[in-house]
Amino acid sequence: MTMNNQGRPTSSGSVNENELQTISGDRGLQHEVSLIFELGRPGMTGVDIPQVQMSDTRLGGLRRKGPVGLPGLSEPEVIRHYVRLSQLNYSIDAGLYPLGSCTMKHNPRLNEKMARLPGFADVHPLAPQQTVQGAFEAVGELMKWLTTLTGMPAVAMSPKAGAHGELCGLLTIRAALEARGEKRHKVLVPSSAHGTNPATAAVAGFTVQEIPATEDGHVDADAMEAALGPDVAAIMLTNPNTCGLFEPRIKEMADAVHKAGAYFYCDGANFNAIAGRVRPGDLGVDAMHINLHKTFSTPHGGGGPGAGPVVLSAALAPFAPLPLLVHDGNDFRMIEHADEATDGAKPFGRMCAFHGQMGMFSRALTYMMSHGADGIRQASEDAVLSANYILASLKDVMSAPFGEGPCMHEALFDDSFLEGTGVTTLDFAKAMIDEGYHPMTMYFPLVVHGAMLIEPTESESKESLDRFIHVLRTMALEAKAGQTARFDGAPRLAPRRRLDETAAARKPILRWKPKELPQAAE
Amino acid sequence: MRYLPLTPEDRNQMLAKIGAPDIDALFRDVPKSAVVARSVFDLPDTQGELTVERALSKMAAKSKAAGSLPFFCGAGAYKHHVPSAVDHLIQRSEFLTSYTPYQPEIAQGTLQYLFEFQTQVALLTGMEVANASLYDGSTATCEAVLMAQRITKRPKAILSGGLHPHYAETVETVAGLSGTVTRAPVTPGKAEDIIALIDDQTACVVVQSPDVFGLIRNLKPIADAAHAKGALLIAVVTEIVSLGLIEPPGAQGADIVAAEGQSLGVGLNFGGPYVGLFATREKFLRNMPGRLCGETTDAAGKRGYVLTLSTREQHIRREKATSNICTNSGLCCLAFTIHLSLLGEEGFSRLARANHARASALADRLADVRGVSLVTESFFNEFTLKLSKPAASVVDALAEKGIVAGVPASRLLPHDKDVRDLLIVAATETNTDEDCDALVHALSGAVA
Repeated sequence: MTMNNQGRPTSSGSVNENELQTISGDRGLQHEVSLIFELGRPGMTGVDIPQVQMSDTRLGGLRRKGPVGLPGLSEPEVIRHYVRLSQLNYSIDAGLYPLGSCTMKHNPRLNEKMARLPGFADVHPLAPQQTVQGAFEAVGELMKWLTTLTGMPAVAMSPKAGAHGELCGLLTIRAALEARGEKRHKVLVPSSAHGTNPATAAVAGFTVQEIPATEDGHVDADAMEAALGPDVAAIMLTNPNTCGLFEPRIKEMADAVHKAGAYFYCDGANFNAIAGRVRPGDLGVDAMHINLHKTFSTPHGGGGPGAGPVVLSAALAPFAPLPLLVHDGNDFRMIEHADEATDGAKPFGRMCAFHGQMGMFSRALTYMMSHGADGIRQASEDAVLSANYILASLKDVMSAPFGEGPCMHEALFDDSFLEGTGVTTLDFAKAMIDEGYHPMTMYFPLVVHGAMLIEPTESESKESLDRFIHVLRTMALEAKAGQTARFDGAPRLAPRRRLDETAAARKPILRWKPKELPQAAE
Repeated sequence: MRYLPLTPEDRNQMLAKIGAPDIDALFRDVPKSAVVARSVFDLPDTQGELTVERALSKMAAKSKAAGSLPFFCGAGAYKHHVPSAVDHLIQRSEFLTSYTPYQPEIAQGTLQYLFEFQTQVALLTGMEVANASLYDGSTATCEAVLMAQRITKRPKAILSGGLHPHYAETVETVAGLSGTVTRAPVTPGKAEDIIALIDDQTACVVVQSPDVFGLIRNLKPIADAAHAKGALLIAVVTEIVSLGLIEPPGAQGADIVAAEGQSLGVGLNFGGPYVGLFATREKFLRNMPGRLCGETTDAAGKRGYVLTLSTREQHIRREKATSNICTNSGLCCLAFTIHLSLLGEEGFSRLARANHARASALADRLADVRGVSLVTESFFNEFTLKLSKPAASVVDALAEKGIVAGVPASRLLPHDKDVRDLLIVAATETNTDEDCDALVHALSGAVA
């Protein structure tokens, strides 16, 4: 996740009047793209489907009365439209994508190929179980990798993303408490946490108590211990935390949580720093979601889909949600109803229809099998090494609040180095776009003012890191030297100049409408 | 390892720059006792593409792909033909390997297709606004119920007996915490009297159409009754292609539409990832869950798109957000949007008609089989049969013969003895005449 600058004023800057104005409005490889609704002709289609005879006697008198309003285009037109749109996007395949907390690592194409094997992709979730054993086996194999790497005995596979995994974890905790005859209403969440943590706690019916951070970027363990009591159900802790630091008192904190009768939920968004080297189970974690789209390289796809399996401790395992995959004798079997559960399992319910994100499971499994346990460990080490290299190479020109180091897999800077330069944090980020880089995560974590969180991942070569460092150093030095021209109104070289987010929110236009109809009224 | 660009020499130079003697020094905050050796993991080492591909191909071959045999499963996931262009386009690096479009100047590709997606969903459902997707139909239904509870400040959700049981269970899991969830009786092939259950504590009535047995439901009277009592109607659609032929829920008075978009562009995927469609009336906009993409202009006056109204969302509002969702179904939205753009008005209408015609013809033939009767009189591309024996055993027997006859209702409702003999059968444009012949023939043998 990352922050946008919603609600912050965006200065437009000046537009260079001397820019070449083309006749077409296109600029070389950069095309202006109409909305699909502004293209096409009635009756045209890009899919040849025979016109069939049918009667409407079986439609219950509810046959559609008017057209949907879709445009008609041939296949080449549709392909050109979306290819041109794609060319307006930045991507990890095309450049370093240093979004802290998002783990924008290389997405191997073997993963895509394997996910499309018909035995994984062209399989129905309610097909007879004896006909889908291959898909079950892949899920079972991934479960083995996840439980082994985390040192946890069980894993719930159905959560569809990180936040859904958080919800799964908290509902499991809720069920475990209920089984103990306890109702605890409070969840402790550090001020540095991802926004999903408090939001999830609220959805799961808990009240949130915030735990402050210490001046050195850690969760205040003393404040946390003081907040523990009979009303506390769980703590939600990200480790390594969102400042890019490993919590050194983690085991002590876990012990205190358990002693108070509460559970330790770990936000696994930053597992990429420690996978293959540290097992969360050894740290006292009771539940942790794993973002397969971060650590295990399923592609982010412009915002999703992801997958958020949740590993569970022995204390929580019996309460995992439906469905449950079991292996009896020679075959896998999916238990889809609570009363079919065996071995004392008391599932708390169902998180979603069917069994989870199979298409992400097959990609993640491919990635893990490719890397192997040694490669996963090396990847974590390279991710941490690269982040520290950036920290060490930039901390003399950009301010690093916890710069004495070392950090884990992300390097945190703040905007105090821009103080008095007239260059804003946003200007600095947008100027990176003109240099061919996606900006780092801005304004997060919230505990650091003007935070700039850089996560290079293990996917960059040293040459790539050195070039990135050179660009950022030069930008920082220029800003401090009063050479601010490149920051004013940046970006200038992107497909769009700075966009007016305030206007977008004030009078929302959320869909295209035909010209003859009035635009969306408030 | 082929995915890791750093050489041992690079690593040494980088450690020297950092001033660390070795990699372990960077992990100094990790308790020594928590660091484990490679040997602790009973897992293989790095493997080449060829080895991995062989192992996984062997695994996948143990499943019978839906496209490899006569296949009639639906019940919330439908097999449709996806044009080749869709899969090619969604694998373009710029779509596949980009993040959530938080930097709009270099993410107009993603933002514009989300704007097109939102427009398509609004048009299909007959609603005023749609969001940029949720995980799937079931979680979208759950979010719709939570939203109705927020808007009406009432606790009770009434779920139709025709709502997919997995959806109902998903709603119960979460919306049962913030209120109460009541499930109306299951009445296969008939509409239950859900109006009688609406009272002044009712936040919403949730009705699926076509329902899980395939029956097309008339939503208008339910919407009117709900509105008269100050409650909202949530319409659920699990087969979005049905809206090419059936009156959209927006035209029947629905306040929120939660739908599954898997049928367009996405494929079966053994249940996920799918794409949750979510649409509502403009007056409820600020109570919506999930991301929204909006139109604006840039500093040079050019039209562009941004994520907007983020003050509803978790990264701004934290525990006061309208939902905890962050990652959604981005790339599946793209697949949906491209598939629908390829179809266009004409193609989408033809696709819907082809589905209905195929299912109607098959239903007629199967209803003539001795020991089989048709339970659903009106339907789109899915109907329910009553067999002369338990449907699960028939499905298993036919699977042995290489025919997947459908979903036995008992798989979804194992405790409901009245559905034991019911078989839910879906037929789409992918089913050939030979597939249908095979099913008719095999079923005749199995129920005789």
